[in-house]
This record gives sequence, C-alpha cells and structure tokens, in this order.
Amino acid sequence: MNAASGTKTRGARSAQRAPRGRVRRLSGRDKWVLGFMVGVPTLIQLVLVWIPTLLSMALSFTRWNGLSLSDIKPAGLDNYRFIANDYPPFWPAVQHNVLWLVFLALIATPLGLLLAILLDQNIRGTKIYQSIFFTPVMLSLALIGVIWQLFYNRDNGLLNFLLGTAGTPQATDWFGDSNINIWAALVAATWRHAGYVMILYLAGLKGVDPTLREAASIDGANAVQTFFRVVFPAMRPVNIIIIVITVIESLRAFDIVYVINRGTNGLELISALVIQNLVGEGQVIGVGSALAVILLVISLVPITFYLSRAFGKEKES
Amino acid sequence: MSADQQATQTLPALPKVKGQNLSGPARGPGKKHFGIHIFLIIMAIMWLIPLGWTIFTSLRPKADTDKYGYFSFGGSFNLDNFVQAWTQGGFAQYAWNSVLITVPSVLLILFFSSMMAFAVSRVSWKFNVTLLIMFTAGNLLPPQVLAAPLFQMFKQFQLPYSVSDSGNLLNTYISVIAVDTAFQIGFVTFVLSNYMKALSPELTEAALVDGAGIWRQYWEIIMPLCRPALAAMGTLQVIFIYNDFFWPLLFIQSGDRLPLTTAVNNLQGQFLSNYNLIAAGAMITAIPALIIYLLLQRHFVAGLTLGSSKG
Repeated sequence: MNAASGTKTRGARSAQRAPRGRVRRLSGRDKWVLGFMVGVPTLIQLVLVWIPTLLSMALSFTRWNGLSLSDIKPAGLDNYRFIANDYPPFWPAVQHNVLWLVFLALIATPLGLLLAILLDQNIRGTKIYQSIFFTPVMLSLALIGVIWQLFYNRDNGLLNFLLGTAGTPQATDWFGDSNINIWAALVAATWRHAGYVMILYLAGLKGVDPTLREAASIDGANAVQTFFRVVFPAMRPVNIIIIVITVIESLRAFDIVYVINRGTNGLELISALVIQNLVGEGQVIGVGSALAVILLVISLVPITFYLSRAFGKEKES
Repeated sequence: MSADQQATQTLPALPKVKGQNLSGPARGPGKKHFGIHIFLIIMAIMWLIPLGWTIFTSLRPKADTDKYGYFSFGGSFNLDNFVQAWTQGGFAQYAWNSVLITVPSVLLILFFSSMMAFAVSRVSWKFNVTLLIMFTAGNLLPPQVLAAPLFQMFKQFQLPYSVSDSGNLLNTYISVIAVDTAFQIGFVTFVLSNYMKALSPELTEAALVDGAGIWRQYWEIIMPLCRPALAAMGTLQVIFIYNDFFWPLLFIQSGDRLPLTTAVNNLQGQFLSNYNLIAAGAMITAIPALIIYLLLQRHFVAGLTLGSSKG
C-alpha cells in the first residue's frame, strides 16, 4: 500500500466526519496492518475450529470408512437412527454424562464453595490449605487417572488396604468393576474440580464489597442468612462462570475415562464414543461425527448461555 | 457482568484482599475456628493421600515392595525408579517432546491473541464484537467435536517425506501446535481484550496525534502495559498445553513422539504391573506442573481468575 494514497484518503475522510469512529482516521498502511492483525488469527480460527465443526455436521449425514474421499456416501439420518436404536453404548453414555454433571453440580462444586467460604475467614494457615486443595488443579485429568489407579488398585492400592480388603477375594476393583467405576472416576474428578471452584470463589468472595456484610449484620442477619441472601447473590458473575465451567467440564470429560479403559465397561461417555468410532479397526466416521454433532448441540446450550451473559450488553449498545 | 465489567471487577480484587480481611466478620481468630480447623485438616489429609501414595510408591524399589509388600515401610527409599523411567522408560524423550510442543504453542498463542485482542478492543469497527464472540465460543467447544475433520484434513495435507515421514501432517508436532494454538487463541483473545478495554483510550489517542501507526500503538504502548496479563496468560497456557492429553493422542502415532501427558496413557502397558515405576513416571509428569505452580503461583491464579471463562 503506498503511503501517498493512504494519507489522501485519511485526509479526505477526516475532513468529512472528523470526530466519528476511530477507524476513519486510519491510514492505508494502518488498514493493512489491522487486516493482518485480525486476518491471521481469524483465518487460523476458521480453518482449524469452525470449518471442522461444519465438516463434522456434514460428515454426520454420510457413510465413510475414512480411507479415500471418493468413498463418502450420503446416508441421510441413518447414523442418528443407528445411534438411537442399535448402538448399545449410547444411552449409557448419555446417562453417564448426566450423572457426571449432577455429581459435579451437587457435590464437587458445593464442596469447592464450602472450602472457599471457610478459607476466606480469618483462619490461620489459610495459604497452606489453599495450596493443598489447589494442587490437583495443576495436573491433567489423564495424570489424575493414573494417580488414582495406583490408589484404587485391586491388590496393591491404598484404598483396599485401608478398608482391610486388599489381597482378599472381597477386594474391590474400583476402576474395573462396571457397577462402581463411574463413581470412582467421579471422586477422582472431584479431587480436581473442587480446588478449581474453590480458587474462583475465593477471588469472588474477596471482590464482594465488605460494607454489604456489615449492613446485613447491622440488620441482624446471621452468618448463614448473610451468605445466602447477600454475599452469594453479589457474586453473580462468578456464579455464572462456575455454572458454565461445571456444565462444560461434564460434557468435555474424556481424558480420565480414556486413561482408565478408553471409555468402555461402565465408563462410556459421549466424548469417548466419538473417538472410539474414529480410530481402531472399523472406522465409522459417519457414526463418530453424528455423536460429535450430538455433543456439539448439547454444548451449545451452556455456550449460548455464557455468551449471552458475557456479551449481551455490548450487543445491545 | 458484561465483559469489561468483569475485567474491572477482577482487576482491583487482588490488592483489596488484606484490607477486607481486617474489616471482615468481627470474629477474631481463635476458639470459634476450632471446628473449621478440624474439618479442613481432615479434608487436607484426604486431598494429599493420592499424591502422597504415588510419591511413597515411586521412591521404593520394586524388589523391596515385593519383599515387604506395598503397605509397609520396609526396605530402602531412593530415586532409582525415576532414573529408570527417565533413561529406559523414554521419559527424557517425552519431556523433550512436551517442550517442543508447549513452547512454540504458547508463544504463538500470545502473539496472535494479543494482536486480535488489540484490534477488537482498541479499534472500533463493524464486526469486532461478532468476531470476539466467535473466538470465545470456539474455545468452549468440546475438542472431540472437531476430531474427525481435523484428523482427515491433516491426513489429506500432502507433505514431502523430507519434512514429514508420514507424508502428511499426521504424526508431526506441527499438527498439535497448530490445533492447540487455534483452540486457545479464542480464550486468550477474550481475556486480553477485556484487559485492553480497561486501559484508558487516551493512551492510544495521544499516540495517534503524534502520528504513531497501529503497529506502534500495539507493540510499543499497549503491549508493555499488558505485561501482567501476558504473564498470567502465558503461565496458564503453559499449564494448559502441557496438560493437553487429547490432541497428541489423536494426531501422533509414534509412541516416542508423544509428550509426557499423553505418554502416561501407555504407562500401564509399558511397565506392566511395576507400580513403582508407574508411580515414578506419573511423578515425572506431575513435577513440571508443580514446579510452575510453586514459582508462578501468583500468575497462574491471576490467569484463572482474570478469565475464568475457561471450560
């Protein structure tokens, strides 16, 4: 872009409507720079996130073994029909995802909140407690799966030893028994999730205006009333973020079950079924993509909720 | 609750901490907290057990646990399992692979996100909010949604064998770096744009009067002011990328090219039922994250709370 024409347009435009939007004052060279600054990240985002999302939708209506592009055959809604009617792991996976959400929402998240409330008080050693509860947040869920495997192990795990059943026939195989392994995995996931929630709520609690609490206590509210009627509602932005994180985390749950047994035998999750259909012997890309689209559609609920909260105001203005 | 409100609320929250504790509930430290301490101590012990057990197991030689049992203190404690995992178990290679993936990804993420954040927050134009929404939404998708098309796209992308021994983008670090970058720029752009919005508009307007172009406003004025946010995001992203399990699992087929986090998936098969060695491998994988936490805790927590939109 040559500088002369750039300054010319700039001069002409600023003469017309000087005080309006800053973009009017950009020189031609600035426009190129801005185009680069916006264009490159947007292109990356489109090519590696949004186009694949659209392709997933397209592939879900086809039959494909994943070999040659010419093998792609249209299949209408066959994949969805197959998943709903003839694919045994699907409904258990849906149940497990729901269970995952309910468990995180009713146990792990409240536990994190409780820890935050307790640690927010003027307590000795609060930093040490915080560090302990926060440590698992630094670890990947895959690694957490391995660490808890050592703890849950049937014959050599600490848990069975503490229960006195290690080495006996009554010993429980916590990750292997399909009746209980989902609960065992949820406890391990809670180990991480509660610390995450705790740290976010600690920041939220610090941000609550202390005069609110004072006013409540002057009005004669006790600690519990003050918390639920005053402090908790005042943390609304944090609450929304926690809700979104909890929902999305339960839809994204994958690593831990994949490490344990690739998401089979009691640990089926939609995300794991997607991958099982994409890799391995009978690659059924269409079925895997249909599962991915189901996951996408469910995910759009918390995503839309969050975006409307985060951007609602700006869009209006 | 709008994005900028969120930023201005979280930004001044940190220095407030001390003053608020003083003016907080009138209860002093002491007797009233006795029950709370008991509860917290029990919870803390429960929290430490899984990692403690892993460390304990990893420090004991296999021969000693075979002899005395896993639930004993008999025998010696040393780092032999760590040495064995590091040298024979391939963990030195996995650790290097983690570096090769994490460092370029984080640098690219910070570079692209800061440019995008600058463009959407400091310059007003038609689609800036729309694009920002698209970026933020992208980061919230479950990665599995993109798995099949990305895998196939990379498989179809022909490369000379001198560049990639698979003849395409699969089994290369480039594929993992590219997708990690694309996936995370949405989140970092969102956080940095909130941060930049909170900076006074006069900063760049003054520069504009002086004739500074867009690039100079970005690189010489805004970026230095964003150092705290960049440090926080950098730390957070190092942990996120280091802890990423899924993309290397999907794209990398050769076991010796996996990063640590994905390689732990093969521990059981690799070391059979040598739990001491598995524990050492797990600890080697945990240590980098724990070291970063110890050194950069402040930045990491700031990063989480700054942009707690992360799923």
